[in-house]
Amino acid sequence: MADPTIFTVPATIGILSSAVRLATPYLFAAVGEAICQSSGVLNLGVDGIMLLGAYAGFFVTLSTGSLWLGVLAAMVVGLLMGLLMSVISVSLKAEQGISGIGLYMFGLGLSSLLFKVTVGTVKTVVGFQPVKIPILGDIPILGEILFQHSLAVYAAFLVVPLAWWFLDKTTWGLKIKAVGHTPAAADSLGVSVLRVRYASVCLGAVLAGLAGASLSLAMVNLFQENLTAGMGFIAVALVYFGGWRPVAIMGGALLFSFMNALQLWMQVLAVKIPSDIAVMLPYVLTIAVLAVAHNHEREPISLNKPFERGEH
Amino acid sequence: MSSHKIGGTSEVRHRLTFDWKDVGLRVALPLMAMLAAMLIGAAMLLLLKANALHAYAALLAGAFGSVYGFTQSLVKATPLLLVGLGICISFRASVINIGGEGQIIAGALMATWFSLAFRTWPGWMLLPATMTMGFLAGAAWGFIPGILKARLSVNEILSTVMMNAIGIQLMNFLLRGPLIDPAGVRAGTFLHQSERLPEQVWLPRLVPQTLLHAGAIIAVLLAIAVYIFLWRTTIGYRIRAVGLNRDASRYSGINVPLYQTLSLTLAGGFAGLAGVVEVIGVQHRLLEGITSGYGFSGIVAALFGGLHPLGTIPASWLFGSLLVGADKMQRAVQVPSALIDTVLGLVVMFVVGSALLSRRWAARRALTASGS
Repeated sequence: MADPTIFTVPATIGILSSAVRLATPYLFAAVGEAICQSSGVLNLGVDGIMLLGAYAGFFVTLSTGSLWLGVLAAMVVGLLMGLLMSVISVSLKAEQGISGIGLYMFGLGLSSLLFKVTVGTVKTVVGFQPVKIPILGDIPILGEILFQHSLAVYAAFLVVPLAWWFLDKTTWGLKIKAVGHTPAAADSLGVSVLRVRYASVCLGAVLAGLAGASLSLAMVNLFQENLTAGMGFIAVALVYFGGWRPVAIMGGALLFSFMNALQLWMQVLAVKIPSDIAVMLPYVLTIAVLAVAHNHEREPISLNKPFERGEH
Repeated sequence: MSSHKIGGTSEVRHRLTFDWKDVGLRVALPLMAMLAAMLIGAAMLLLLKANALHAYAALLAGAFGSVYGFTQSLVKATPLLLVGLGICISFRASVINIGGEGQIIAGALMATWFSLAFRTWPGWMLLPATMTMGFLAGAAWGFIPGILKARLSVNEILSTVMMNAIGIQLMNFLLRGPLIDPAGVRAGTFLHQSERLPEQVWLPRLVPQTLLHAGAIIAVLLAIAVYIFLWRTTIGYRIRAVGLNRDASRYSGINVPLYQTLSLTLAGGFAGLAGVVEVIGVQHRLLEGITSGYGFSGIVAALFGGLHPLGTIPASWLFGSLLVGADKMQRAVQVPSALIDTVLGLVVMFVVGSALLSRRWAARRALTASGS
């Protein structure tokens, strides 16, 4: 950290701009997971959904040349994975932490399998290009950090207020939270716990699919085995970190991606800290923040508890 | 983390004593889950225009068709069983340990460093000391999330995942610098692997010309020990009681956080031991990717074995065979071995999904048994 090169203005702008960009997949995935968990379902398979979404988006774009068809494919794959998770965890009332690990392994395996069979080698696509927002993009420093990104980045940051509005200001959001807190009460008032949980899990999974596509179509523009390398698990951690509130989750995602950006730039600028040690920082920080953040009172009371009528 | 729904005290009592009448059901349900997953795997192969029959035939031939395949299955079953034993302990306490990968790495790193640092010791001292140290390192990797859960209510699923990431980075760092093979540095290859371990710490090979090593026997003995621990000791009873009903355990005076931490620490120790046997039994040095995903597939083996240490023995052997067969299938009919990872994921989901059926059947039987 003593190296002065990292504190120059261009480097600082570079780090902050990277942080905003790197937050993209975490935002999609973590906000989706927050909606899912608010209904009382813990979906640990986010990483598997992201992988399949990233693959589907990449493959469809590679074969059709259309980025939007790729995005659509990633959403459809996310929806299917959400349905699978719902059947196992909501209808069959499986232990959610474990079924999520199953979903993760399934997504990891299937995305590798399909990639090897249909693509095989490293190929790249022309992904979403940075779009400079008129006027705002010309603001010195701030414009460069915030308003010269690809559409995926803007969309991810748009999802945050939308999710807040959806969860806090709409009837649907209230139903989701009711089902996540006291499903028996919601049930007795005629809210279908099953339907609300299916919808929440699927919505979260579609967003996880988008998170994957943002990675393969807007950030690295390729697919490889285990492309996400555990990003989906970080996204789940961010939900706890942000206490199930989209805006706080965004704060956590930005903090995490800032640590990552810092670490990447330290490598680029050859700051004398072994890069593998620096790579650990975000994870150590996440554990530390989870330890000090007292978010437990915000936790949906029925999170991870399958609902059965006549049982409390 | 709360876990399974428990209907009533009769069901709790039912589950605290091991009922051998359940065995038929406990074996049949996972096998049906397996069959369903394999059928879906076959359907996927057909969609990929591969011949499913040829692929599965190659898989079976690879796993069972030769002495090498058979012994290699046992070699892969060994770490699966060790990780699975730890999973049995922690999942029985309703502590979800997803940190197997990091714990394996901690054990492997410690075994590598320790046996190299004390390479002058004779084998009868070095071998048990190395295994103990590896166990302790894995246990430490499990203790951290355990104590964070007990003291600060940090969700163990998340902290164990973070500990995995930290473990991988720590290993990468050590294999690029402090632990790198000096021979590789001299030759200019800079392979990311450690020096070869001193020969007296190698586990003896059981069958000549194969990789099957004494770790397999150790793992089976430990499975019996874990069974006795969980079902025949007070501590084991309390661990299971905590898992079945946390509140009831607390009211009856059991120190719940203590037993949760203990279960995660022990789980880490067994996973650490898996790392040790991979290093001193198979590779004889530390390599990148030493975990081979055993931290996750060990969960599958334990679930398949009904979270019972003795059931995990055949389950580990089955999945060891599948992994070996999958490698063979990839070479013989060019179907990527990732197919088996996919099938394993489905097996996990189907096994936990079918738990509802087995709970309902058990409840019905308990009802008829009580004569109501």
